[in-house]
This record gives sequence, structure tokens and C-alpha cells, in this order.
Amino acid sequence: MSFETISNFIAAFFTLSIFSFLYKDNPFYKFAEAVFIGVSMGYAIPLIYKDVFTPFVYRPIFVESKFWILIPALMGSLYVFRFSKNLSWLSRYPIVFGMAIVGMGVPLSMHSYVLVQMRSAMLPFDNINTILIFIGTVSILLYFFFSREHKGVYGKVTNVGIWYMMVGFGASFGYTVMARISLLIGRIQFLLGDCLGLVK
Amino acid sequence: MKRQIPLLIVIILGFIFAIHTFVPHKVSADFFDWYQTWIKAISPFMVLLGIMSLTMVHSTKIKRKVPNWQYSVVTLLSLVGTGAVGFIWGTQEGTPFMWLFKNVQMPMGATMFSLLAFYIASAAYKAFRARSAEATVLLVAAMIVMLGQVPIGIKISKWIPEISSWILNVPNLAAKRGIALGVGLGMTATSLKILLGIERTYLGGGD
Repeated sequence: MSFETISNFIAAFFTLSIFSFLYKDNPFYKFAEAVFIGVSMGYAIPLIYKDVFTPFVYRPIFVESKFWILIPALMGSLYVFRFSKNLSWLSRYPIVFGMAIVGMGVPLSMHSYVLVQMRSAMLPFDNINTILIFIGTVSILLYFFFSREHKGVYGKVTNVGIWYMMVGFGASFGYTVMARISLLIGRIQFLLGDCLGLVK
Repeated sequence: MKRQIPLLIVIILGFIFAIHTFVPHKVSADFFDWYQTWIKAISPFMVLLGIMSLTMVHSTKIKRKVPNWQYSVVTLLSLVGTGAVGFIWGTQEGTPFMWLFKNVQMPMGATMFSLLAFYIASAAYKAFRARSAEATVLLVAAMIVMLGQVPIGIKISKWIPEISSWILNVPNLAAKRGIALGVGLGMTATSLKILLGIERTYLGGGD
């Protein structure tokens, strides 16, 4: 038995263990789930050490002698106090230091999510599609305005918004199904092709 | 003071960064570069927090011998084993670390996500049984979009890919735009609440 066959057998075992959940929760699925959690987290540790800790903490301090990097490194190590009952307040410092970026988020989210979208919506009504997009955008925004009761003419307008959203959700649903089915096809191809050699 | 000083750091730095967005001055840009260097030095310790949390949750389960505690042993062994393999043999192509990724993590990740195909089919069936006009619109739109992406769609009717494209470019665009505007306003409002010290839940409980 070649090394590749053993590797495929292990991958097939874990694939089938996960699929077994479709029948019901069982020890094979629980085992595969436990391995998946451990391996996923364990996979991140050496990569973070190599790609983040070494270039941004270890090398600046011990190779380039930038000793001031010790200050943020010590601040980062305060995260571990999150689990301490008496000293958990120390973990707030690295959290708030990262949280300060929200100051940038105010103008940037206003620009990219609101102003750019508004500018794209304000096109000349030179064809039916532009008018339909405008009606849809406005009716959806009105649907999310809860300070007024959705009844009468206003209710009818918000109802148009619901229909637009249903078509939008349908499109997203279709795309999600396609993506998941392609993953499923990939796994079936692996089981029937790479493992059993039934499909080329 | 244990809450006030962190709050003050967020407010002062937050306003500096809000001003930095509008004032592209060298002093402001240098300050932002310095901040990024600090954040990069702080970030690896976040993973440490994740590892500690996972280890504590599972070691508590093992210590208390809760039902199915044996799987916690498997989780911890997989965590330590994968990490050790990466440190001992490196993370390059051809190492045992990459073998674990290709033959354990990647197949299980893809299978986990592919499981959703079955649950989506089940959800679609339940939505169709509801027999409401909105659910029907959702499913018809989904069917047309799906058929528009595969070769069988054009074999059924040459209009299917065109209708699919129209759905994506017109009603779907309007829906996404309306929702994006709401999300943008929500993000701005939440960011402002944090910046002004109204939203403080990220500080956690206690003094």
C-alpha cells in the first residue's frame, strides 16, 4: 500500500465520518469534529508564529534591537488576564488599543456603504431598469423605517420592498446552493475517483 | 479608573483616527504607521487567548468527566500534535504539517460546508410547503439563478440565462443596495456610540 493510498484512506475516513451526521449524531462524527477543531486551531499556531510573531515581535526586538516593541508586546500579553477574576481589567488595554480604529470607521463606513451607494443609485431615469432599481432601493429603505406603522399606502410601498428583498434573497440562496453543491461534487469526486478509482 | 482610562484611550485615539481620515498630513500618517506597528506586535497574543480558551474549556470537561469528555482529549491531542508538527518539521510544502492540512483539515472543512447542501435542500422544501407568495418568489428566483449558471439552463430555454442575469443586475442589486445602506448607517451609528463612550460592552463586566 503506497503512502498516497494511506493518505487518501485517512481523508476518506474523515470525509465519511462527517457525512455520517446526515443519518444522525454518532461517535464517528463526534471524533471527526473533535479532530477538526484541534487541527484547525493547531494549524494556526505555527503559521501565526512564523508570519506574525517572528517578523513583528521577535525580529524587531532581538535582531533589530528595537526595544520599544517590548511595550506593545507586553500590552498584548495582558490578554491572558481575561481569565483572571481579579486582574481581568488589565486585558482591557490591548482590547481598547485595537478598538480605537473605529474612529476611522465612522467616515469610512459612511463613505463606502452610504455615500457611494447613494451616488450609484442616483442615475438618470433613462431606462426601465434604472427606475426599477431606484423603486426597489427606496421601498427597502422605507421597509426598515420602523418609526411609522406599515399600513395604508405606506404599507403597500414597504410591501414592494419585501418582494424585492425576496428576489434578492432568492438570488443569494441560489448562489449559496451552487457553491455548496460544487463542494459536495468535489468530495464525491474524491471518494469515487481518488479513493476508489471509479471516476476519472 | 479601571474602566475610565481604557475608555479615554478609545475616545482620544478614535478621534485622532477620525481626523486622520480627513487630514492626510505627514505627522498624522506617521502616527498611523506607528499605531499599525503596535497593533501588529499585539495581534499574535490574540491567538494565545484563543488557545488558552480552548484548552481551558476542554481541560475542564476532562477534569469533571462530563458526558463525551473523551472527545475533549482528542481535541487537545490534535491541537498539541498539529502545533508540534508545525514547529518541529516546519510549515513548507512536503512537510507533515502540510500533509495534515491536505489530508485532515481540508477534506473535513470541505465536507462540513458541503453538508449544508443537504440542509439547504431541506429548508427550501419547508419554505415551499409554507405556500406563501413571498416564499414562492424566493424559490423561483433561486431556481432561475441556479439554472442560469449551468449548461442545462440554456438547453431548457435560451431566456433562462438572460432572466437570471436580469434578476442579479436589477432586483437583486436594488435589494443589496437597500440593505447595504442600512448596514452602513448601522455601522456608522455603532462606531459613533463607541467613540463617544456610549457603547461600553467591549470592556467586559467587573470594575
